[in-house]
Amino acid sequence: MFSTAPRRSVRRVALATATTLTLGFALAACSSGSSGSSDSGSEADIEAALEAGGTLTYWSWTPSGEAQVAAFEEAYPNVDVELVNAGTNTEEYTKLQNAITAGSGAPDVAQVEYYAIPQFALSDSLVDLSSYGFGDLEDQYSAGPWSSVAFDGKIYGLPQDSGPMAMFYNKTVFDQYGIAVPTTYDEYVAAAEQLHAANPNAYITAENGDAGFTTSMIWQAGGQPFTTDGTNITIDLQDEGSKTWADSWNRLVEGDLLSSTPSWSDEWYRGLGDGSIATLLTGAWMPGVLESSVPDGSGDWRVAPMPTYDGTPVTAENGGGGQVVLKQSENQALAAGFVKWLNSDPASISVFLESGGFPATTADLESPDFLAQTPEYFGGQAINEVLVDASKNVPTGWHYLPYQVYANSIVPDTVGQSYESNSDLNAGLQDWQDQLVEYGNQQGFTVNK
Amino acid sequence: MTSATAVGARAAAPAPRARKHKRDWRGWGFVAPFMIVFLAVLVAPVIYAIVLTLFRTQLVGGSAFVGLDNYLQLFQDPRFWESLFRVTLFLLIQVPIMLGLSLVAALAIDSARLHGTSFFRIAIFLPYAVPGVVAALIWGFIYGNQFGLTGSINDLVGFQLLAPFSSEWVLASIGNIVTWEFMGYNMLIFYAALKIIPGELYEAAELDGAGQFRIVTSIKIPALRGAIVIATIFSIIGSFQLFNEPNLLKNLAPNVISTYFTPNMYAYNLSFAGQQFNYSATVAIVMGIITAVIAYIVQLRGSRQEVR
Amino acid sequence: MSAVTSPKRPAFARGTKPTHKARQRKSIVLTIVMAIFVIYSVVPLVWLIVNASKDQADLFSSFGLWFGKDFNLFQNIYETLTYRDGIFVQWFGNTLLYVVVGAGGATLLATIAGYGLAKYNFPGRRAVFAVVLGAVAIPGTALAVPTFLMFSQLGLTNTPWAVILPSLISPFGLYLIWTYATDAVPTEILEAARMDGASEFRTFFTISLRLLAPGIVTVLLFAVVATWNNYFLPLIMLSEPTWYPLTVGLSQWSAQATGVGAQPIFNLVITGALLTIVPIVIAFLILQRYWQSGLSAGSVKQ
Repeated sequence: MFSTAPRRSVRRVALATATTLTLGFALAACSSGSSGSSDSGSEADIEAALEAGGTLTYWSWTPSGEAQVAAFEEAYPNVDVELVNAGTNTEEYTKLQNAITAGSGAPDVAQVEYYAIPQFALSDSLVDLSSYGFGDLEDQYSAGPWSSVAFDGKIYGLPQDSGPMAMFYNKTVFDQYGIAVPTTYDEYVAAAEQLHAANPNAYITAENGDAGFTTSMIWQAGGQPFTTDGTNITIDLQDEGSKTWADSWNRLVEGDLLSSTPSWSDEWYRGLGDGSIATLLTGAWMPGVLESSVPDGSGDWRVAPMPTYDGTPVTAENGGGGQVVLKQSENQALAAGFVKWLNSDPASISVFLESGGFPATTADLESPDFLAQTPEYFGGQAINEVLVDASKNVPTGWHYLPYQVYANSIVPDTVGQSYESNSDLNAGLQDWQDQLVEYGNQQGFTVNK
Repeated sequence: MTSATAVGARAAAPAPRARKHKRDWRGWGFVAPFMIVFLAVLVAPVIYAIVLTLFRTQLVGGSAFVGLDNYLQLFQDPRFWESLFRVTLFLLIQVPIMLGLSLVAALAIDSARLHGTSFFRIAIFLPYAVPGVVAALIWGFIYGNQFGLTGSINDLVGFQLLAPFSSEWVLASIGNIVTWEFMGYNMLIFYAALKIIPGELYEAAELDGAGQFRIVTSIKIPALRGAIVIATIFSIIGSFQLFNEPNLLKNLAPNVISTYFTPNMYAYNLSFAGQQFNYSATVAIVMGIITAVIAYIVQLRGSRQEVR
Repeated sequence: MSAVTSPKRPAFARGTKPTHKARQRKSIVLTIVMAIFVIYSVVPLVWLIVNASKDQADLFSSFGLWFGKDFNLFQNIYETLTYRDGIFVQWFGNTLLYVVVGAGGATLLATIAGYGLAKYNFPGRRAVFAVVLGAVAIPGTALAVPTFLMFSQLGLTNTPWAVILPSLISPFGLYLIWTYATDAVPTEILEAARMDGASEFRTFFTISLRLLAPGIVTVLLFAVVATWNNYFLPLIMLSEPTWYPLTVGLSQWSAQATGVGAQPIFNLVITGALLTIVPIVIAFLILQRYWQSGLSAGSVKQ
């Protein structure tokens, strides 16, 4: 059917395809070897690299990124950092993963949230920074964030921010209906019932199965559903902590006491402003978002410690992340130097704090200035005292899965269904577990065997 | 005008095509540039995708040849069948409604019984100019349960009349967006086909005393058969490839629009969230074959009836 | 609306139909029914215009289909155009580049190839069409990964080529020109030109191209809409916002409302959306007299 001319071109394309394939598989097989430079380096290398200068590409969506890069370039005039906003969270991870799969196109440095770091670490895409002397920096960071970047004997990045959870509540609404600030989940549920009975349009909070919220709440309840030992993984979303959370939160889910407004939608922002969403259980980075994006709520909001199950103060980390160095980087020492400056130099941290971020560095968390802040928005409350206090009550020993990005993506299909049908969360968690076990085993891990 | 002569010429003497052409190779000179780019940017990825379907790459353990395992797995995958069932349902309900509305609009505009015909024509066509991303964004706001237009309507009637993001209605909500986007486009295809019906046919019909309704059913609709076939084929392809609208609305209804809501979303999430490139490619290839077969059957049926 | 009413399409010029038309009485009922169609089509656009006039606070507190406390349209437009050092303007420029090169190239390739298919009976002709139609049925979304991997091996990802190359193919355009050229370019003219010793390509550029003009404009318009609205491909292919087209940029702005350090700019997203569709609507209004005649000749084939 085809003439000779096109047949030749078909063959040529087929040949090109075959070449591409071979290349692709070869690269996939040894993705770690795709860059020329070796893993080893030292603190001295960093100094030398910063002096010598060069060009770096830095992927980040954090609001402070631009000002931080400017400050860095001022401190090290020989270094040129190209800041790229490659998308917000999962969008960036997709692009990062694509670049890693393709073997080229990844940046030198990238912002990655804590939950996603194990996934990139597993695929051997990140530089172990311990040889650059980063181990000495451990004392500078609070324990939770540090354990999220340093695990399995390696250091994959430095923490930029942290999100110890607290309860943000709308005091005006609480006062209006005579609701006391809950300190336990029993009281929280009671407050939810009282509020919704008094005003059918108002809900204690908006939640419909956010993945980060789910894992953080299990964390707070003392659960450790994910344990990883090399490629051996154990998943138990019915361990004691997970059940504690699910049984307690069930009363809100089954009682239809939660607003189903999805987080971060325009309706959600409106709900935070008009009092129809009365509390938020979320990370300590929330004040910056409220102040800049919910002007209507000014003066209404306050911060309290997370409700607990038995009165013992305990919380968890929610959100937050750090910067990592990619193995594809041609100049890993320089990249390491940038990451170190970014997350430990006072000049950088102060820019970060100005943008409304919540730090992971203990010196800043404990600085009197920081603790003494009394923002107008929160009615002059010294909110950082509450939030910093929370950062000390994060249970250790929490781990994410080495495929947490995928795991989080299917939470709406599983846990979300419990919210959707106002039914037992344990069933949703079990469903989530089943799919995670299946996926893990398909991907070559040994899960629950 | 060119098209008038062209149409006229064709209507007068549609010469058998075979006689017009001599069999020669010069045509390839014209077709080659298109085909080279086509092979490079479409056929090559398809071939690559087919190769991918024969392998399985794991996060741990690398890549291995698995033959047709991915296909066997797909045929037993309830999520795939659920998504296929959903777009089929969408196809069977949304496409007839959309094409029906387009047809009514085209006939009305062609009837010359409207005040301000050209205003109607352009106004109904306008949504087609709106990018899918923007359309989903606009409707996402409008569908808002509490503050959107939907919320206002619910407040007005005093109860939850509309719930665009409930599991019962979400498919209809997406269908509405797609209908909104493409109704005018299909209307124009029909309208253009109506415009070239020879006037003599109408005169003859009127001499026979046929009413408007008769003219529509026995002249206009039959004349539209070809246009309906092509519009149907494009709508089938569009339905089976449904992606942008549900994927963008997923932010607003995460629990209702699952990661495998449509086959295309399933393929997307398999590769981009789950790194399951091989299995994802399998979904794509199987969907491609299903779509091609159905489109071919529609085409075949359509043209057979035309020949009579 | 003068651009809308002025064009007289060829069908009217033929004389028989208008007499038939002239006898029709205008129908109020039909006009009202069609008004419902128009409301359905236009209300979301009205919503867009109304809400582009609100700042973020108004957006969160006022009724969707009416104006807010302040009229901020121009303020919003100014902010949209200057946000992040005018990145929106850059996206606009990128989109223009993709449209001019991508849609222009697609039209050129489709025209030449469609003409070749219509006017030359060469071996493999039917196969060409079967392959082209078959490939259209494969969901592009799922081919994104293979395409991405291939392009990245060639060093094309994160360059304009990654967006432009795939948009050079317009199977619908090919089909349209094929059917159109069959009738619009009489074979006798071509044979006369051959007798005069003109080469095939010379004939094409001097004679046929002119005859194909209405069909070409139609294809161009569809290609322009397709590239202007292109979202998924650039989303996957491009990592740097400096190369984004408007659609990807807007959805990134929209995603900015999410998560740690969220900075919602819903007002700019809405205003940006409005600005995105204005040029394409204008292009429609200007080109509509061409594409309608082009379309009619295209669909007659079926």
